Amino acid sequence: MRFVDEYRDGAIARRLLDEIRGMVTRDWTIMEVCGGQTHTLVRSGIDELLPPQIRLVHGPGCPVCVTPVALIDEAIAIAKRPECILTSFGDMLRVPGSSEDLHMARAAGGDVRVVYSPLDAVEIARRNPGRTVVFFAVGFETTAPANASAVKLAHDTGVENFALLVAHVLVPPAMMAILVSPGNRVQGFLAPGHVCAVQGFTEYEPIARDFGTPIVVTGFEPIDLLEGIRMVVAQLEEGRAEVENQYVRAVTREGNVPARRVVAEVFEVCDRAWRGIGVIEKSGFRLTETYRHHDAEVRFPREGAPASESEVCIAGEVLRGRARPHDCPAFGERCTPEHPLGAPMVSNEGACAAYFLAGRSRAEVST
Amino acid sequence: MNGGSVLDDGFALRCPVPLPLGAQVLLGHGSGGKLTAQLIRELFVPVFGGDELARLGDAAVVEANGVRLAFTTDAFVVKPMFFPGSDIGALAVYGTVNDLAVMGAEPLFLSAAFIVEEGLPLEQLGAVVGSMAEACERSGVKLVTGDTKVVERGSADGLFVTTSGVGVVPDGVDVGPERCRPGDRVIVSGPVGSHGVAVMSRRAGISFETEVASDSAPLTPLVRAMLAAGEIHCLRDATRGGLASVLNELAEASGIVFTVSESAVPVLGPVRAACEMLGLDPLYVANEGVCVAVVADKDAETVLAAARAEPLGAEAEIVGEVTEGRAAVRLRTGLGTMRPLLMLAGDQLPRIC
Repeated sequence: MRFVDEYRDGAIARRLLDEIRGMVTRDWTIMEVCGGQTHTLVRSGIDELLPPQIRLVHGPGCPVCVTPVALIDEAIAIAKRPECILTSFGDMLRVPGSSEDLHMARAAGGDVRVVYSPLDAVEIARRNPGRTVVFFAVGFETTAPANASAVKLAHDTGVENFALLVAHVLVPPAMMAILVSPGNRVQGFLAPGHVCAVQGFTEYEPIARDFGTPIVVTGFEPIDLLEGIRMVVAQLEEGRAEVENQYVRAVTREGNVPARRVVAEVFEVCDRAWRGIGVIEKSGFRLTETYRHHDAEVRFPREGAPASESEVCIAGEVLRGRARPHDCPAFGERCTPEHPLGAPMVSNEGACAAYFLAGRSRAEVST
Repeated sequence: MNGGSVLDDGFALRCPVPLPLGAQVLLGHGSGGKLTAQLIRELFVPVFGGDELARLGDAAVVEANGVRLAFTTDAFVVKPMFFPGSDIGALAVYGTVNDLAVMGAEPLFLSAAFIVEEGLPLEQLGAVVGSMAEACERSGVKLVTGDTKVVERGSADGLFVTTSGVGVVPDGVDVGPERCRPGDRVIVSGPVGSHGVAVMSRRAGISFETEVASDSAPLTPLVRAMLAAGEIHCLRDATRGGLASVLNELAEASGIVFTVSESAVPVLGPVRAACEMLGLDPLYVANEGVCVAVVADKDAETVLAAARAEPLGAEAEIVGEVTEGRAAVRLRTGLGTMRPLLMLAGDQLPRIC
């Protein structure tokens, strides 16, 4: 299959690995920001093939993982309202809230529907004029254009019973938060290719310059990741700190201009809480004044007890690249994809799930 | 610089407490994956007991008056009822026929029960029943008894169908996971994932440029040809949960290691493309006309040739081998690394059969 097979080619992978081995002279810690990249790395075993000097740490780029438990509780509360239909992408359904998840809310009678596009949720709203249809808008810049378009469509066509529960977060503020946090070990980034396909990469240029940190916009196939790693290592070894683009088949410096336009019209930047990390200034989106009446949190103000979290899992450390999944005492034992203690064990993009599914055990990998 | 002040080390880094398990049945309990296995092992098997049930094969093999009978039952709730390449009626016949076939049995008789929702157009029911009759004929089985129930609107989703079937296991045929041996080879009889993707393609909001048809078909002629060609130790119907789940069941039941090569597993181009797009792994997507055979090494090539001579087995491949070790399934990736191929935890695609 074109655009897939050539990016999974064993011979090209071996050549890139040889090049990386040939240029590395000392230890480097590189963070792949996006959870999709983490999954490819461990699924294909790239982390095991790299020379020992290169340590990969996993970033916060799993939208499901960083969505605060309070918002999940809010989604569950909305799902349980008889006048509401809660729509969501599938992987949010298993993320544990304070006391239950959306699967359980559905089993208990809540109307929870999995959709593949927020536009489908608008269509459900159109067909159910007597009920409010809420789409759980989780994600980074990548999903923002589709969600913005859905709100705009509902607004422009008078679908008043459509609302968005917004949990949008942004990558560059999170990268800066990681770089300035005490004990940071990250020396270079593989920036998320899909986010940059929308946003371009001009926002990353001041980060690379101000922090002296190489950033390579990287794709999601094994060859993409190996090439991205090689480009970061080359910068580190040569003492450069620039933004480079490995993912040229999808990303331009300016990004997707029409997509950015609709996002800028519908959303504005606000402070956001990140699960396991805390509030980061100017790190997310909310609806602009014109569209705010489509905001589910405005229509259904939060009530009830504040969200409760246990003290068991180390998701925050994992999401900041300070610990790896198998460093957690609960990993693979008390915490598994069937019984997740934390969101990174749930999502397809979660680092803990990636490690678990790739069969990394605590005893086997801990060093 | 924004964001810097919040990440001090004193910030509480926490995740939620584990949720109490098992208060209600979840969709994942019907996925054919880990939750289903847990439900069967913990709720059903202890209550009913019996060696035949505990074996958890595709069909039970029981002896009556010196005849070995294979007996099985299956419920069909696929949504939508009609999808490219097949429909709930044909599926209900082939599903049960195939469960018998992979025990090495010659399927003979079926029963069918229909749970119909009030308001279902008779024309649709007629189409389903007509398709079942055709499937019976193609499979060489007779539908000999049945039952019909109608429930009020909203109590079922159009139509649910349950079929049971019996067949006779010929003398000399003996297949089962306990017969798998280190050194055996693993054959997959055709491209995987087509059924799941075909059904999925008819669900709301998803369409593909190339239509993918379900592989729904009777496995009987293919299995017969393979059994005649060499020493087959075990056969499985790779339905719900796909190839990966079947291999996990085999590894668990036989207590040894199954290793497969990702690149050797046949997947049709459009199915692969659809899986890439939807974020599905074809190894976990349901099939309705694909079996997995564990074959003695010496006969692997002969059995493969026999499979390929059958229309349904034209794209059969040897995908892996069985080795010593503790029950596990391992996948050799395109880069040559190994990773375990685990049982799926929840539901990849609900109501696929």
